[in-house]
Amino acid sequence: MHAFILRRLLNMIPLLIGISFLSFSIMYMAPGDFLGELRLNPQISAETIEMMRAQYGLDKPFIVQYWLWFKEAFPMPGNWKINLGRSFQYHTPVTTLIGFYAFNTFLLSLTSAVLSWLIAIPIGIYAARKQYSFGDKVLTTLAFMGVSIPNFFLALIILYFVVRWELPLPIGGATSLGYDELNLWQKIVDRAHHLIIPTLVLTTGSTAGLMRYMRSNLLDTLRQDYVRTARAKGLSERVVVYKHALRNAINPLITFFGFEIASLLSGATLTEFVTSYPGLGRLLYGGLRANDYHLVLGGLMVGSVMLMLGNLIADIMLAWADPRIRYQ
Amino acid sequence: MATTPTAPSPGAPPVPAKAAEEYRGFSLTALAWRRFRRHKLAMYASVVLIILYAAAIFSPFLAPYSETRSNRQKYFHPPTKIHFFDENGRLTRPYVYNYRLVDVGRRIYEPVTTTKYPIKFFVKGESYKLFGLIEWDVHLYGVDSPAVIYPLGADHLGRDIVSRMLHGSRKSLFIVIPLIVITVSIGLMYGGISGYFGGRTDNIMMRIGEVVMAVPSFYLLIALAGVMRDVPAQQRFAAVIAILGLVSWAGFARVIRGMVLSLRQQEFVEGALAIGNSHLRTIVRHILPNTISYVVVSITLQVPGFIIAESSLSFLGLGVQEPFSSWGNMLSNATDLTNLTRYPWMLAPGFLIFITVLAWNYVGDGVRDALDPRAVTSGEPR
Repeated sequence: MHAFILRRLLNMIPLLIGISFLSFSIMYMAPGDFLGELRLNPQISAETIEMMRAQYGLDKPFIVQYWLWFKEAFPMPGNWKINLGRSFQYHTPVTTLIGFYAFNTFLLSLTSAVLSWLIAIPIGIYAARKQYSFGDKVLTTLAFMGVSIPNFFLALIILYFVVRWELPLPIGGATSLGYDELNLWQKIVDRAHHLIIPTLVLTTGSTAGLMRYMRSNLLDTLRQDYVRTARAKGLSERVVVYKHALRNAINPLITFFGFEIASLLSGATLTEFVTSYPGLGRLLYGGLRANDYHLVLGGLMVGSVMLMLGNLIADIMLAWADPRIRYQ
Repeated sequence: MATTPTAPSPGAPPVPAKAAEEYRGFSLTALAWRRFRRHKLAMYASVVLIILYAAAIFSPFLAPYSETRSNRQKYFHPPTKIHFFDENGRLTRPYVYNYRLVDVGRRIYEPVTTTKYPIKFFVKGESYKLFGLIEWDVHLYGVDSPAVIYPLGADHLGRDIVSRMLHGSRKSLFIVIPLIVITVSIGLMYGGISGYFGGRTDNIMMRIGEVVMAVPSFYLLIALAGVMRDVPAQQRFAAVIAILGLVSWAGFARVIRGMVLSLRQQEFVEGALAIGNSHLRTIVRHILPNTISYVVVSITLQVPGFIIAESSLSFLGLGVQEPFSSWGNMLSNATDLTNLTRYPWMLAPGFLIFITVLAWNYVGDGVRDALDPRAVTSGEPR
């Protein structure tokens, strides 16, 4: 198991290099000069711009520029610090900025993921056990609607009702103004309060998808021969369903967890945008609008790392849950 | 094809008499169609989609106004009420009133009940090109000026929401066709070559695919859209298609590669090569046709994603640009909370996206059930 994790982590290195090359090429192709924004800023002197120009080697060919960025961004012997460059917009190192925003997105995605699992699995089990019953039909229809409603549209509808009914929910931001003066407990409450709307939006879609998956998996498993055998030898229905069928039906869902992280990260971008939640997706979007290339590059890298780690965690959980799986 | 149930091979398990009877004389397609028809919701959803796509084709005729026609005096105009009964409660020809602005700041309009403007059908209006070819100026419905007919209200520039939704539907709905072509052709070729040659080729090709898949797709999408920032609004639509195509082929190619990997071990491949087919011809004519049912199912299931992706990009201002309309960019005008709560009719395009995606999801479900290979091999009619 340790060897497997180590190998997967080592595999991530070439993948990350590939991603960095892809992202850098995309940014290189983007229109507009790298320092154009800075030249317009009267606060920055011409010397500083020239210095940055030399520092980033902007007069050099593409591959050299890439190397200059790369050797700063990737920890290497002799230079273990990760330096993703500076944001032109915020005049701070990209790593600091992204750390702050990525935490918000992580919090939002994690809350939504946990909530949707807690809701979707019991509902999925119920729907599968009572297949074609009235409750099943209602739930499957709702799930279909849940996967079909675009995130941003749902967010707009929820915002509409929050404003219309004057619900006491904060719109926008991840924390209140006086957040720094609060004690730990108040901080948690404050964050939770701000998470309600974006989580609601994000959880709807992912719960619906997960529930449909759970239902069809369990239905598939309940048709298996070993379930018939379990029933035939006189086990109680509860044991048959929860001990024999469910455990097998849940395994594919764990793999699904990896995909879910991908879709949560993507969905989070739009949700963050509509609900003005300061997350990674919105930071990336803002950076793109402002020609803040280092920020966008960093965002793409951090987003990819989050996705890869999510997949790795899913694989580890699968190995832990399913004794048949052996990783050499 | 090897899986045709009408001619069971000698080694295959005997098909139950009743099932064999029922299936005799049907092709695989006919069987799939029979199963699809049994999926009621998928059938209803297909009807909804046919209506939506037909409306999109005839949109210039169905829409009373052109895509960019704005009325600066009428911005945030509420939905025009259509009266079917006159003030005495008698059924009459449907008519509307002209509206007058009563509160300039909050944009509140009131009907002027002195003159009635009957709704006319097949009226002459702005000229347009039907199917992009035939010059015509007749619209399905309209009213005489100065009255306007905005069944779902007007946006911040005084443009009819219904007209813009109809014009936008051509982009929002038909984007799926070029996308399907791009994804399927890239995915099949890439996956086919990778799986067929195997070894080092496969290794390199799959690592490249993994890089594309390892970046969260929406992040990649907005980064690519940023590159195409300078593309003028007229060519923007083509750019959006290109970006979505670039992002969506990798996962599909990977599954095709897996299928080709096992298919190429089969004897018919050796046979195809032995009678002198080139590698490319073997892949295209002999191996890839075997993946058809997976391709159809997977593409139908991807369509809702395409529609949502286009509207999301346009919603963020990175897709179809003003003055052209798409359902996504129409919604972006509703992000302002004041506009959203005062003029909720601006949300209308969202419901259309929702209905379209829902319908495609049901159709995808039906197609999957119909083409499920297990349903064919187990021989039990559903």
